[in-house]
Amino acid sequence: MKILVGVKRVIDYNVKVRVKADQSNVDLTNVKMSMNPFCEIAVEEAVRLKEAGLASEVIVMSVGSTQSQEQLRNAMALGADRGILVEVEGEMAPLNVAKAFAAVIQKEQPELVILGKQSIDSDNNQMGQMLAALTKRPQGTFASKLVVDGDKALVTREIDGGLRTIALTLPSIVTTDLRLNEPRYAKLPDIMKAKRKPLETLSLADLGVTLKTHHRLDKVEAPATRTAGVKVSSVDELIRKLKDEAKVI
Amino acid sequence: MTTLLVAEHNVIALAPSTLSALMAAHQIGHDVHVLVAGKNIASVADAAAGLSGVSKVVCADADCYEHTLAESMGDLIVQLSEHYSHIIAPSNSDSKDFMPRVAALLDVGQVSDICAVLSADQFKRPIYAGNAIATVTVLDDKKVITVRASSFDKASQQNDQACVIERVDYVADNTVSHWQSDDITESVRPDLAGASRIVSGGRGVGSGESFALVEALADRLGAAVGASRAAVDAGFVSNDLQVGQTGKIVAPDLYMAFGISGAIQHLAGMKDSKVIVAVNKDEDAPIFQVADYGLVGDLFTVLPEMTSKL
Repeated sequence: MKILVGVKRVIDYNVKVRVKADQSNVDLTNVKMSMNPFCEIAVEEAVRLKEAGLASEVIVMSVGSTQSQEQLRNAMALGADRGILVEVEGEMAPLNVAKAFAAVIQKEQPELVILGKQSIDSDNNQMGQMLAALTKRPQGTFASKLVVDGDKALVTREIDGGLRTIALTLPSIVTTDLRLNEPRYAKLPDIMKAKRKPLETLSLADLGVTLKTHHRLDKVEAPATRTAGVKVSSVDELIRKLKDEAKVI
Repeated sequence: MTTLLVAEHNVIALAPSTLSALMAAHQIGHDVHVLVAGKNIASVADAAAGLSGVSKVVCADADCYEHTLAESMGDLIVQLSEHYSHIIAPSNSDSKDFMPRVAALLDVGQVSDICAVLSADQFKRPIYAGNAIATVTVLDDKKVITVRASSFDKASQQNDQACVIERVDYVADNTVSHWQSDDITESVRPDLAGASRIVSGGRGVGSGESFALVEALADRLGAAVGASRAAVDAGFVSNDLQVGQTGKIVAPDLYMAFGISGAIQHLAGMKDSKVIVAVNKDEDAPIFQVADYGLVGDLFTVLPEMTSKL
C-alpha cells in the first residue's frame, strides 16, 4: 500500500501572530516557520503504518514556496521515503491545493491519503474534504483512530458529543485530529539520511492544473481585545459581584 | 436570490446553532429555505417551518441521511444547489465534514466559520486561531459558508410568513462509506455549544476524580462542564468537553475557568463569553488578562465554598 501525506509550511505554533500595520495580512517577516502540527500527526500515522508492515511507501507532498522543501525534508527525517513539492508563490485557496493533490494522486495512485484536518494559519478545514470530492474517494475526517483492514479503513472520528466510527472502502482520504498519535522527534542520523532522499519539484503546469480565484482578501485586523477586569479577594465578594454587578447568577 | 440553510439537529429538536446561522442568513438578506436531512425528522422539519422568515423547509427523510455521512449529505446538497445563491450551515463536526465537499463539487471556494456578515458577498472570519480577523470577498457565484454560531444572536422561533414543507425523495449515491458505531458521551447537563453558563476545569484540577468538584458547581448553576486541552490530554475528561480553537468555540453569558492558565488556543475558544471568571493559584496566569473577575486562590477550596454558598 502506498500512502500520500500532505504537509504545509506554516507559522510555528508558538509564535505570537501580529497583524501588519497596513492591515494587508499578518506579518510573517523573520518569523519561525514549521510543519503544521496536524500534518506532523499525518506523517507520524503514515510512518507507523509502514513500520507495522501495512504500507510499502510513504510519499510526502507540499504545495508551497521553495522553502517548503525544509518541511518535506523534516517529514523524510521522520520516516517518509520521498517528497514532492509543487512549487507555487503566495497563498493558495484550499480548492486549488486540492486540485494539485488530485493531479498527483492521478499519477501516483496511493491507496491512502493522510492529511491534517486544518492548517493553523488559515484555519479553513477544507482541503481533505475537497480532495475527497474531486477524486471521488470516501473521506474520514478528524480521525482519532485509524485501522487499515484489508480493503477497508476503519476511521474513528471526533464528532460533537463523542466519537463515531465509519468504514471506508480504500482508496480513501483521512484527515487527522489531535489525538490520533503523538509525533516523534527526528533523530540526527535520520535528518542526515533525509537529505539524500529523492525530492521532486513540479509546477502546476507540469500537473496540468489551472487555478481559479475564489476569494479576495480585503483586510486583516487584530481581534477586539478584552481588558482585564478586577481581582476579588474572596468567594463571597465574587458571588456578590456576579449577582449584583454582572447579574449572571 | 435564495439562501439554503442546512439545519443542525439531533432528530428530536433543532440545535440552537441553527438559529444563529439563520440570523446570519437573514443578514445576507435573501429569502431563506431550510434543509432538514436525517431519518424520522418530521418533527424537526415542523419546528424549522416555525423559524422566523423561513419560506420553505426542504425535508430529506431517508435511511441514507441517518448518520449524516459526508458523501451522502454532499450529494444531496449539490442536487438541491441549483436554485440557491448561498448555501450556509452552522459550523459543527458534520457541516465541517460535508460543506467543503459541496464547495468542491460545485467548483467554488468555501468561507469557513464566518463571525460577521458585511454584505451578501463580504464576510469576516477568524484566522490564526482567532489572533487575526480576515475580511474576505467571495468572487464565486455560489457562496458556500459555515457560520460560527457563537458570533451571532439567535433568530426568533416565530414565523410571520407562510412556510411550506417540501419532501425530497432523492436518495444519495454512496456505497463507499458506512457508519459502524457511535460512542456518544451521555450527559444530563446542558450541551456545551449552546449553554448559557459554563464551568471549565484545566490542568490545575489535577485528576479525573477531582473534576467532580467542577461538576458539582456546574450542576448547582445549571451549567455545562468544559475543559482545557491540557485537562483533556491529561485524560481527566473526554475530548468532547474541550473548549478552544481545536475544540468547541463557546460564548456563554458566564464562563468560569478553574485551574486554567489561559493558553492562546483556549482563549480563542471562549474569549467572546459575556462574563469571564478565572480562579487560579498563579496570579500571573494569562487567563486573568481576559477575566472580568479574577480570584487568586486554590480551586480545591474555592470550588466547594462556591457550590455551598450558591
